[in-house]
Formats: sequence, structure tokens, C-alpha cells
Amino acid sequence: MASLAFSSTSASPVALRGRPNKLAIGVAQSGACHVSARGSDRKARLFITRAVAVEKKVSRFEDVAMAPPDPILGVSEAFRACTNESKLNLGVGAYRTEDLQPYVLNVVKKAEKLMLEKGENKEYLPIEGLAAFNKATAELLLGADNHSIQSQRVATVQGLSGTGSLRLAAAFINRYCPNSKVLISSPTWGNHKNIFNDAGVPWSEYRYYDPKTVGLDFEGMIADIKAAPSGSFILLHGCAHNPTGIDPTPEQWTKIADVLEEKGHTPFFDVAYQGFASGSLDEDAFSVRLFVERGFEVFVAQSYSKNLGLYSERIGAINVICSSSGVANRVKSQLKRLARPMYSNPPVHGARIVANVVGDPNLFSEWKAEMEEMAGRIKNVRKRLYDNLSQKDKSGKDWSFILRQIGMFSYTGLNTSQSENMTNKWHVYMTKDGRISLAGLSLAKCDYLADAIIDSYHNVN
Amino acid sequence: MAFRAMISSHATQQSKWVPSAGVARQMSSWFGHVEPAAKDPILGVTEAFLADPSPDKVNVGVGAYRDDNGKPVVLECVREAERRIAGNLNMEYLPMGGSSHMIEESLKLAYGEDSDFIKDKRIAAVQALSGTGACRLFADFQKRFLPDSQIYIPVPTWANHHNIWRDARVPQNTFHYYHAETKGLDFSSLMEDIKNAPNGSFFLLHACAHNPTGVDPSEEQWREISHLFKSKNHFPFFDMAYQGFASGDPERDAKAIRIFLDDGHLIGCAQSFAKNMGLYGQRAGCLSILCDNEMEAVAVKSQLQQLGRPMYSNPPVHGALIVSTILGDPELKKLWLQEVKGMADRIIGMRTTLRENLEKLGSPLSWEHITNQIGMFCYSGMSPEQVDRLTNEYHIYMTRNGRISMAGVTTGNVGYLANAIHEVTK
Repeated sequence: MASLAFSSTSASPVALRGRPNKLAIGVAQSGACHVSARGSDRKARLFITRAVAVEKKVSRFEDVAMAPPDPILGVSEAFRACTNESKLNLGVGAYRTEDLQPYVLNVVKKAEKLMLEKGENKEYLPIEGLAAFNKATAELLLGADNHSIQSQRVATVQGLSGTGSLRLAAAFINRYCPNSKVLISSPTWGNHKNIFNDAGVPWSEYRYYDPKTVGLDFEGMIADIKAAPSGSFILLHGCAHNPTGIDPTPEQWTKIADVLEEKGHTPFFDVAYQGFASGSLDEDAFSVRLFVERGFEVFVAQSYSKNLGLYSERIGAINVICSSSGVANRVKSQLKRLARPMYSNPPVHGARIVANVVGDPNLFSEWKAEMEEMAGRIKNVRKRLYDNLSQKDKSGKDWSFILRQIGMFSYTGLNTSQSENMTNKWHVYMTKDGRISLAGLSLAKCDYLADAIIDSYHNVN
Repeated sequence: MAFRAMISSHATQQSKWVPSAGVARQMSSWFGHVEPAAKDPILGVTEAFLADPSPDKVNVGVGAYRDDNGKPVVLECVREAERRIAGNLNMEYLPMGGSSHMIEESLKLAYGEDSDFIKDKRIAAVQALSGTGACRLFADFQKRFLPDSQIYIPVPTWANHHNIWRDARVPQNTFHYYHAETKGLDFSSLMEDIKNAPNGSFFLLHACAHNPTGVDPSEEQWREISHLFKSKNHFPFFDMAYQGFASGDPERDAKAIRIFLDDGHLIGCAQSFAKNMGLYGQRAGCLSILCDNEMEAVAVKSQLQQLGRPMYSNPPVHGALIVSTILGDPELKKLWLQEVKGMADRIIGMRTTLRENLEKLGSPLSWEHITNQIGMFCYSGMSPEQVDRLTNEYHIYMTRNGRISMAGVTTGNVGYLANAIHEVTK
């Protein structure tokens, strides 16, 4: 039996044109074509094998490497896989009740019920988002009577939670301030670097965390901000610094503002925890309002993931407080132009929830009460943990930084090996930088956690 | 202090902030140099329409479906899905890639219920921010992993396609598509362009109901395109924003994709649920890339997630829940199929009526293309000047490329519309 085999990595179009009802020369998986003739027939007949398996194309993306697992979300995965009864998830920053259950705020349920009843349509929002939401969010941040709002100097665009809002601002900086860089705190939320990298904005760090005091390295911070080229953007956490939980005092904020003014820097606030840190929306907005009052132009990214528990709805905003309403209008138009090729217009559901909650005086009061409760639970947990640590630890180490830190997270001061010991020996899941999420801690578990921390701190290097 | 910005000449109508005594003074803005962005050509039409007080006004601009009363529609299957998901247990972050249930259902819709590619886990797929987000993720992925590649985009196309690949910094080329004379497909030039493009080029293809022309290749033409693609080893990226919405049958609307899959192409696909499920503002969509094998699909998916993380961390849950609830429930899915057919049928009916009206008015021009074209849009062939007349004289709002959103045509306004078109084109 004669058979012909020829390679056909780039077969001619004619050969490959398969008419549905005719036999075609197909290309088998090996990449070779087989045409076989049976000699047993009187006329040599060519039986052309119809390819059962179609040509195996080599993928263009063969060389794509596996991306590393996310350092934060990987913790939750490991926790889920753990079978030990004492396990504790202090990884990702999502609020849990005392029973360690996720929590949907009552006001959110009420708002959603209202929305269901209203039966509103699902039309596209404008690129800048829901107007009612934008108004509410700027007023929440700055205060409705703030001069910047009264004089229409605030450009507000609804964004995809904190991340999306930061990204819009970063893209804007890349396009309109291409020679500027951003300074971020050391440490900071892991995704900040990714955002500026992908937006093409150069960044460097300013000192922030002092491991010796488990507190703020204020002098280092001031020195590094002073040393940055004039006109840099300084990324500041409005309240409840992530991951350390360490915030500047009001006096320190004033000095920070002095340095920014001296160097002509622009403050860029990430406000992910307004109301969640102290329990008071206004108190938590102190730092942002200070800078606005001082006459700075300010970028502020907001998120409603934590304070309204709307994590997966992706609702937030980017605000740019400008020196004039004309500038604000133009800046807003360019933010829209950056958003359009990213996602066209933002998702409506979360925006409506926020607008409904803030727009109804009863719901708004109820929200403030729920927020106080959440912040209160975390403060209680901090107190209990501190008490347990102080009682159990006979070394005389000062654990009071836990009380001074604020918000969802606490930087324990544990190093990488010590953090690993927490997980390996005590089944306490946390990030390797020593950060624990107090939102995932109950009063009942403080005792156990205190033992784990003391052991890890003293017995592991 | 480095001089950063000049006071813009737009300064005339600003309210300039004057600080109170003792407070530091911002002398000039850092952003004074920022020019106002041009209005979005498509969304700007709706803005103008809303501002018009005329009672006769007609909006055939933006592509959002309207019922025969000109009202937005929320599908019954969507309302039911929302009732079911109300009181959703929690709103915890979705995984970075989005809702796996929604992704699964989306893939079945695009690749086929029993697709081997799904069974063999060869498709890297993530939930995306509707069609825009899916295209943007792909463009960013293309830029990162094939930095020397370009994208071929049909002429014309949805305007935002150009913005997306530009902002992703992927160089663009165009290929012939629309034939102005016939108001149909310029097939020979299209094939010529495909042939002349360097081997291994990336092409953006509209899977069905081409936006803005409504002109789709025939099945036979798709087969020829696919075969030519094979010999040139081109990469086909499908933007499928209207599955189900074009013919009324989602399976039929996926035909082009299925042809390419049968021919062995490794495709990319952006899906949107904005129109076919009426979920516009929910931003529900999916990006998929067919890979060689499961391992590669896992790697590619991880990289797509990596691109999404610094854009929005993880996608919004609400729309995804609606999609997966509907597609995952046989009863709801059946209802959806009926409703999507209903929408498509209404549009097909309006095409017929508009054409008949124009012919009855004695228009000297051929209006065949109105019924030849498919989907939400009709490329009327009118000039920008004629469109301007429609707007200024008749309060009819549409984009200046002559694109009519048939979804905005109703039995109530089709006569008025036909008359106006006739007047400006006779």
C-alpha cells in the first residue's frame, strides 16, 4: 500500500478548504497529511482521510507563565484547606461578626428591598456614574457645607471601589503629570504598587513603620517626603492605615501638611475605612478635610467595601478637589475619557444602595449606628487581646501598641518566621508581614491568639 | 518649586476659591493645563436628546433596547432572578476571576452546551466588566504577552474599540468591511486585507450583528474567512455583544464562532450581557481565550486575573448572580430565550415597517439594506449633513455616521421617522 505523507504546517488554502459534504484533506494531529492508496482496487483509488482531529494549532500563548498566587487571598485558601479545630483566619480584611460570620448590614438589606420594590431599570449609568451617588459620596467625605463643594471645585467620578478609583487617578497622573512620581508608605497595601506599575506611574517609598516602636517612624516619613522631587504625589491613608493600623496624630497630620506645602507636593488620599476606624464618619475624615482646608488640590479615592459591607458590589469614587470649578470640570471630563476604554460606565447596583442609604435620614442614622457597632466590636477585641497579652506575657513587653493602632488591621511586630509559626504551630492564618485582621477575631478567641503570639514572639527567631 | 501648570485660558468662567485669612493659599492649579475632553460621540447624543424639549423628539442614538412604547425594558426573567437573589447571604469579594458559575454558563452559551473545550478545561475565562472590560483585558493581555503584535479593526467599528486598544498601547490597523455603495459587506476587499496582513496578525471580528453597520458575513463567507485565517495563521478575536439579539436564536448567532472552532482556531471571545439580558448598567460580561490544553488555560487565566487586580481587584457580583441564576435554571433560561426572541422579533418587525414606509413614500433610493442588515443597528447611508438636518429640523437624534438604533424605533414613531428620512434624502 503506497502512502504519501507530507508535512503541511502551512497547507495551501485550496487543500484546506473543506466543503461540508466532500472529503477533505485534513491535517492530522501530528501535523502530517496522509494520503493512502489501496492497491487492491483495479483503479488505484485514493482514499483521502478526512481529518477527525482538526489541525492542532500551536497556541500563541504557550510561553505564558503562571502568575504567582496573591499573597493575601492565598491565606484564605490555605485556611479553608486546614482541618484543625482551633484554626483562625486573620488574613483578608473582611468584617466578621462575633460569631465569625460575614455581615450584611441591615441598612443594606433595607435599601435593596426598597430597590426591588421600586423596580428601577438597568440602563447604562453615565460614564461618571450615578449622580445621586456622586453627590452623596463627596458630601460624606468633605461635609455638605464644605467650601470646595459649594464652589463646585470637586470632580467626582464613581469608580470600581477603591482599586478602580485609585487606578483612574493613576492613569490620570500618567497622562497629565507624566514627569511626576508617587510616594507610597513602607509598608502599604500590596495592590498599590500593582496599580501604579500597570498605570505606568513611577513610585518610591517613604518610611512609615518603625519596627522598634511598632509605631510611626515620623521623622523618617517627614525626611523622605521632604527629599522627594517637588510636585510629587504623596499617597496617604486617610485613616486606619493598611496594613499597620498606625495613623498619624492630628498634630502630626498638620506637620505632614506643612512639608507637602513646602515642597509643592499633591496629597493623594486612599480612604477605604471612613467611619470604620473610629466609628465616626466625620472624625475619620479629619485628615482629608485638613488638607482641603489648607488649600491643597487633593486626590481622594473612596471605597464602600468595608464601611457599608458592599465588598463585591465594587462601589467607590475618585474625587479631585481642584483650585477652581473650571479645572474641576475639565479634570472630570478627562477622568471619564480614561474610564470609557476601561469599562465604559460603572456598575449601578452598589451605587444605588449607597445613594438610598445616604439619601434617607432614617437609613443614614441607622447606618451610622451599625458602623459604630462594627468599629466598637473591633475596639473591644483589641482591648481583650491587649489584656490577655499583658496578663500572660511575663516578659514585661509593652503590648499597648495594639490599643493605639486603629481600624481592621494590626501590625503585631512579628517577623516572617514568627508569622509562619503562628500558622504552622497554632493554625492562625495571617500574612507573613505580621499583619492580623482583627475583623476576623472574636472575643472568645483572644485568649488562644494571645498564647500563639506570645509563643511566636518569644520562642521563634 | 518647579513650574507645573499655567492658568488656562478657560479661566473666564471659573469660580475661583478665595481662602479665608490665615489659611494657606493655592496659587495656581496643577491641572490648569488639562484640556476638556471631547464629548463621547455616542453617549453625547443621548445627552442632547434629553435636553431637547420638543414633544416629537425621537432617540435612535444609543444602542439600548426600548419596547414599543419607547421605554427601557427589564426582562421578566431578570426580575425573577433578582427576587431569588434578594437577601443574598453575603457580599464577600468574588474571586479575582469572578463568579465561576457565571463563567461556566457564559462559556456554554458561546462555545456550545456540550463543547469539548469546556469539558477538557481548555478555555481560560474570567468574568469581565461587560464587553468593554472583556476587550480591554484582552488588549492589555495582548500587550503584555505579545508586545510586538498589532490589532486589525474593521472599518467601521464601535468607536470605543479604537479607544480600548489605544489606551492599552497596542498599535492598530484597519481592514475593509463596509461597502458604502451596496450598504453591505465589501467581501473581496476584506479577503484581500486578510491576505495582505502579515502572518499571525490579530483580527477583531464582530461575531454577529456588526456594530454600527448591521452587516454580517453570510455563513459561507464566514467559512471562507476562517479558511483564509488558517492559512495565514491569524488570531481571531470575537466581540460578541449581541448573541441572541441578532436572529433571536443564540445558537444561530454563535455560528461564526462555531465555524472557527470547528476549523481548529484558538480564538479569543468577549461576551456581553448588556443587551441580550438587558443588564446594561450591571456590567456583566466574560472574556475567554481558547488554549492548547488545561495547564496553559490555568496559566493564562492567572495572568488575566493579574491584569484585572490593579484595575478593579475583582468584578461586581450583582449582574453575575443574575446571569448565572437565569442560565443555570432551565425554567428561567427558557423564559429568557423567549424574551430575547421577542426583542429580536420586534426589531426585525420595525426594520420591515421602516423600509415599507420609505418605499410607500416614493423614495427614489433603495432601502433594501434596512432589512438586509441585522441586529440593533441600521447603517442608513445618510451623510453627516443629512443627520444634522434630521436633528435640527425633526428632533431625531442619532450618531452622525448615519447609524440608526432600530431599538429606538416604535410603531408610534416609525412613520414620523420614515417621513423625516425621506425629506432629507429625496
